[in-house]
Amino acid sequence: MYDVIIIGAGVTGSAVARELSRYNASVCVLEKCEDVCEGTSKANSAIIHAGFDAAEGSLMAKMNVRGNEMMGKLAEDLDIPFKRNGAMVVCIHKEALDGLKTLYDRGIKNGVKELRILTREEALELEPNLSDNVEGALYAPTSGIICPFLLNIAMAENAADNGVDFRFNTKVEDICRDDKGIWHLRTNNGEYKARYVVNAAGVSADVIHNMVSENKIHITPRRGDYCLLDKEVGNHVSHTIFPQPTKLGKGVLVSPTIHGNLIVGPTAVDLQDKEGNNTTAAGISDLIAKANDHVKNLPMRKVITSFAGLRAHEANHEFIIKEVEDAPHFIDCAGIESPGLTSCPAIGEMVGEMLKEKMSLTEKENWISKRKGILNPQELTLEERNELIKKEPAYGNIICRCESISEGEILDAIHRTLGARSLDGVKRRTRAGMGRCQAGFCSPRVMEILHRELGLPMEEITKSGGRSTIVLERTKGTNGGEA
Amino acid sequence: MISYDIVIIGGGPAGLAAAVSARNCGVENILILERDKELGGILNQCIHNGFGLHTFKEELTGPEYADRFIQKVLDLGIEYRLNTMVMDISEDRVVTAMSREDGMYQIQAGAVVLAMGCRERPRGALNIPGYRPAGIFSAGTAQRLVNIEGYMPGREVVILGSGDIGLIMARRMTLEGAIVKVVAELMPYSGGLKRNIVQCLNDFHIPLKLSHTVVDIEGKDHITAVTIAQVDSHNKPIPGTEERYTCDTLLLSCGLIPENELSNKAGVKMNPVTNGPIVNEGLETSIPGIFACGNVLHVHDLVDYVSEEAERAGASAARFVQADGKIERSENVVKLIATDGVRYTVPCTIDLNNMDELQTVHFRVGAVYTNCYVSVYYNDERMVHIKKKIMAPGEMERIMLQRNRLLKEEDLKTITIKIEAE
Repeated sequence: MYDVIIIGAGVTGSAVARELSRYNASVCVLEKCEDVCEGTSKANSAIIHAGFDAAEGSLMAKMNVRGNEMMGKLAEDLDIPFKRNGAMVVCIHKEALDGLKTLYDRGIKNGVKELRILTREEALELEPNLSDNVEGALYAPTSGIICPFLLNIAMAENAADNGVDFRFNTKVEDICRDDKGIWHLRTNNGEYKARYVVNAAGVSADVIHNMVSENKIHITPRRGDYCLLDKEVGNHVSHTIFPQPTKLGKGVLVSPTIHGNLIVGPTAVDLQDKEGNNTTAAGISDLIAKANDHVKNLPMRKVITSFAGLRAHEANHEFIIKEVEDAPHFIDCAGIESPGLTSCPAIGEMVGEMLKEKMSLTEKENWISKRKGILNPQELTLEERNELIKKEPAYGNIICRCESISEGEILDAIHRTLGARSLDGVKRRTRAGMGRCQAGFCSPRVMEILHRELGLPMEEITKSGGRSTIVLERTKGTNGGEA
Repeated sequence: MISYDIVIIGGGPAGLAAAVSARNCGVENILILERDKELGGILNQCIHNGFGLHTFKEELTGPEYADRFIQKVLDLGIEYRLNTMVMDISEDRVVTAMSREDGMYQIQAGAVVLAMGCRERPRGALNIPGYRPAGIFSAGTAQRLVNIEGYMPGREVVILGSGDIGLIMARRMTLEGAIVKVVAELMPYSGGLKRNIVQCLNDFHIPLKLSHTVVDIEGKDHITAVTIAQVDSHNKPIPGTEERYTCDTLLLSCGLIPENELSNKAGVKMNPVTNGPIVNEGLETSIPGIFACGNVLHVHDLVDYVSEEAERAGASAARFVQADGKIERSENVVKLIATDGVRYTVPCTIDLNNMDELQTVHFRVGAVYTNCYVSVYYNDERMVHIKKKIMAPGEMERIMLQRNRLLKEEDLKTITIKIEAE
């Protein structure tokens, strides 16, 4: 029996887990996939929003601005890259200039700092590749870019280092409360019991909520297609460029990523299927057309991959973070769509405080606040790198040539807390396979390393857990022997 | 800092031939840097035959072809380092390399030969919509898994793209017991060699659907089916022509791109058509003393031509080193122009004072041409007019230019290569 069970190991669940790991409490995270960061958290714009979008006075606005504030220190503590590159909302129609002022006013009321409205000339000076039609822009210097994988992984790792249990491939199928008020969670891997439950199930948060409450909620998976462009053109813009927002959201943005690629997206299509993260031809061509409205000469021939993510959209477009009225000790974190990534540390803080009070939790004396990331040899001087290779020769063996990722980094990713067990697990921790050849070169090599280090047969190595195996069987004549 | 007269980046067919050629020109101090655990490059996984018809007048497998050159390298005592990745090349030819054994170190090279080969265009670059499950491979990755690692990716295969590796893998997977259901090609012609279509598809009754592409990929964990559709003249799928194939493997053979990271790091000028460096008659890039050959320069279809081109680069590098880098560039430079159906030429310029007696010019056409002429103009005057029964983008073409003939031409500024109907 646990004090708290968190359902979902995305950014929200992992942020809550990390906050709870400060206290003397037994905490477990149940995740249906084989790794953290498998749902909404893995496929989004990777932007740390400033906070001028969310409705004034909303919880969303509060979480956004607080999350943005917290991100600098959090990234430092977790040893992950984060950069405040600034965002611009670009106006291309004179008659829409008032809209910038509306956003500006809202941002000020939400507590966003350093907001400015730029003239056409000022905007072009900051960002020469803006559309020729630019009339003005709202400039938010506190907006930033981050690696959502690393943020999620780092928070989970840090939580696990502080004693939180993570159970992967464990899907919650039913929840009930016994007469002593204990929650029983039936999963494909047996029953788990807890005094408190936190629902951080992303697009499935409604399914989990509706298991325990008569007041049903509905989460719509809102799909967004993205294109990721080669690092060669990663500096096409240096700020995050937004169109003016519409009812469907913040629109198609163009932004550098923290690792130096260029990202274009997302579209917005409401679905029924909670696993419908397939891209569509219509979606991709739609976003290319829209992105070109605000940024000129977009080098779309340099796309290296496209993907789609599902936002967990709730009808009121507001975060639901509270104890469920008719389900005591059951806390919802539902409707966590954009700016969810930005907000996650604030959501973690809020839920942590909430449970601290309700459960009278005491702080651990030996809580580890920092986490050391995977060493990035590319940040070392030649001499330092040489020393490293002398000590650990695996750092001298390049496995992913596009991103220059060495075997040493991959070994670290596999053997650290909550280590990688699949190609995608390695990819999200190290970037091996994330470059322009999209793992064509390194995937057989990473498979061999996983095979050797985890003692898994090659046939059982997966792209991302489950049935995503990569090879089927030995070729003729190689059965039983090494090739 | 250690130094070598010539450092060759890559120990595949191009690097090996360049090394042998430079040694035969009298340069002693040569180093080949190879990132894999053995010499031979991509040929090691090309276990089919058909290599060496031009060079050796016999049909060799890839590893056998590579071995001929490896033996020469060994016999000549040319130095090489395996498991060594080149991380950077500077404009003044300082090569930064790294390996488990030697750590990270720098080498001052008298001349550098770029011979890193090419890579496959991945799914992402093709913007194929659908899910992103396991079971999608570039054809070369599948070739490595099957031929080197000894594992089959699956049993029911669809192939998108009719590049040579895809065609070869259609046959290879069939021989391993898989069913190759269809090869879909976006263009109205194949990107591969005619002989591979005959020997790898036709002989095994594997259908090739031209002007078709993949419009959907199904399967959330592992691929379960793909849908292909016919495309119109703008390569847009035509509604109503969709056909669904269940499969557990999708191979992509949609083009190769020179591996140009190091070329870019060195800062050599690139040709946007080939995606490789711009070179002169000696296959020297825009940076003096840095040469390029093989698939890193432009993608070839026959390894024989790679070897031949690399010999030229090796000889030029030797000449550069022997002249202490002081090769006089004359005013007598002719620009090669590719137009009217000719996509590019290698080289891009010819210095009449520095060229050999015979200069090979490689080029590719942009579409299928039947019963047309390859015409070569010296300035505005048509000097060569060769009838060709068929020319296709998948087959590299070449013409030879004679130095004494070019010198006779008064005030020669441009040589234009084009396709003409008559």
